[in-house]
Amino acid sequence: MQTLKIAGQEFASRLFLGTGKFGSSQQMEEAILASGSELVTVALKRVDLETDTDSILSHLQHPHIHLLPNTSGARNAKEAVFAAQLAREALETNWLKLEIHPDPRYLMPDAIETLRATEELAKLGFIVLPYIHADPVLCKRLEDAGTAAVMPLGSPIGSNKGLRTIDFLEIIIEQSKVPVIIDAGIGAPSDAAKAMEIGADAVLVNTAIAVAGNPVEMAFAFRLAVQAGRMAYEAKLGNRFNQAIASSPLTAFLGE
Amino acid sequence: MTFKTIFEAQNWDETKASIYAKTAKDVENALSSKKKTLEDFKAMISPAAVPYLEQMAQLSSELTKKRFGKTIQMYAPMYLSNECNNICTYCGFSFDNKVLRKTLTDKEILQEVEAIKEHQFNHILLVTGEANRTVHVDYFKNAVELMKPHFANISIEVQPLETEEYKVMHDAGVYSVLIYQETYHEEVYKEYHPKGKKSNFQYRLETPERVGDAEIHKIGLGVLLGLEDWRTESFFCAMHLEFLQNKYWQTKFSISFPRLRPAEGSIEPNVIVSDKELAQLIFAYRIFNENVELSLSTRESETFRNNILTLGITSMSAGSKTNPGGYAVAPESLEQFEISDERSAKEIADLIRNSGYEPVWKDWDNALVYNE
Repeated sequence: MQTLKIAGQEFASRLFLGTGKFGSSQQMEEAILASGSELVTVALKRVDLETDTDSILSHLQHPHIHLLPNTSGARNAKEAVFAAQLAREALETNWLKLEIHPDPRYLMPDAIETLRATEELAKLGFIVLPYIHADPVLCKRLEDAGTAAVMPLGSPIGSNKGLRTIDFLEIIIEQSKVPVIIDAGIGAPSDAAKAMEIGADAVLVNTAIAVAGNPVEMAFAFRLAVQAGRMAYEAKLGNRFNQAIASSPLTAFLGE
Repeated sequence: MTFKTIFEAQNWDETKASIYAKTAKDVENALSSKKKTLEDFKAMISPAAVPYLEQMAQLSSELTKKRFGKTIQMYAPMYLSNECNNICTYCGFSFDNKVLRKTLTDKEILQEVEAIKEHQFNHILLVTGEANRTVHVDYFKNAVELMKPHFANISIEVQPLETEEYKVMHDAGVYSVLIYQETYHEEVYKEYHPKGKKSNFQYRLETPERVGDAEIHKIGLGVLLGLEDWRTESFFCAMHLEFLQNKYWQTKFSISFPRLRPAEGSIEPNVIVSDKELAQLIFAYRIFNENVELSLSTRESETFRNNILTLGITSMSAGSKTNPGGYAVAPESLEQFEISDERSAKEIADLIRNSGYEPVWKDWDNALVYNE
């Protein structure tokens, strides 16, 4: 399988994980290790930087795991940029998952504020991975703004509904010059496999693993699904037809 | 459009009758409907829903896990003052209760902070009575500024303020404002609150909108369970919630379920809300609204809290003191009410872990607040 590269950084795994919602930090750590993920997102608001024994960070101390701080809680570009700078300083990484969802009910990303913040953060030297709607035009605008990747949603966050936005995701994947990471809504390994089959560069999963009956086994299942989906994509899937094509009734008259 | 307009078109007795008229069929429809309505909420809090309690518990638990994960947020209340000019017949701080009053000084606040921090808390709820001459916006602002270096998340439960004053609170670093209507029964409200600024039912009813206008992140609603028919009360509270959620789409909401507890010089509850009924109410709120936060305080018993914590609740207090200075400065001062669950924060955190859930001490950061 091809190695994924984002902003010059190589990733052997195309599965990214969220760290929220787990029943314990121990379980979160085991699930992340089972998933093989090398990039995990951490909410700045959950991290306690004043203690050395933060319950999240102390469980992410593995050399292959890179942190992707997120700005969850920010309602506009100004708040997000301000929070990003503190996250960079505190967590010593210029990688950032930009989340601006002013709507606390469905956590819908604000396209306008996200574009504004991406422009500003790219200028400040951040590697920005913005969480967005599956909006192909916005993706092009974010590329122009200097984004390192785009993270369009498959369906509402936490909904486990799968790839409801698939038509738009396919356009984004077709057009994108930066890696496309499908984020939010991926509810089952089959959704993740599907995302990889249509050519997504990676997927980010949280709820489906964290609240599964057995999060560690579910993490492993996602790992396999992402690998299978990617392999299928690289091996080039056959086209689908509604019925068998046995002969060539329309062109038989053309002879040999 | 204000809530007052909608509320004034309602009739208490008719609403009550419509809740009690709900049938098993209504409950089944409510539980299976895709988008829950206020009529569905009525069905779920009605007596007809009692045989469906187990089903409701399972649904509530699943929905909560999906939205909030297997986590419970931890917070501690800190009473700053028990001075109060209101007469509230159920409250220990009531003006006519002739006991020594106390309002914490800066030094005392910091002593309390130190004692609370020892228990790992990072979210704090500041509580006062209503004594506008001594415990006012400037006092709150100063208290919040003293707290800010020590707590990631600050909430206040104080007298209703004006929009401009809430803006001051927001800029000082207040994340959420809790304002309980106590009762939505206007006539009865006047009997429970005969004197003081709090006797103005309308002003209190409009308070959450002033909080919303000030762009405070979260608004906490609730009724004091024990004053009037809990079903009708809770229906109006759910109606208030739905109205506010539509009007203030950027605001988060939480619901609390304070059951009337014994307090110095206070009345006996008019209505007893049983554990079973409180559980039904919690499940109904969760199924009605997947994203509202549901909070449970130490007013509730050990047994109830042990069992309800994985079934819909998203935040809990622990080791609470309901008197100013209760943690360190003046443990014997007048308390607002007697708590029921007296276990320490560590015991509650262990209980949560043993239930397969993670106690969350920090879920906010001042880095997310940008002021010009």
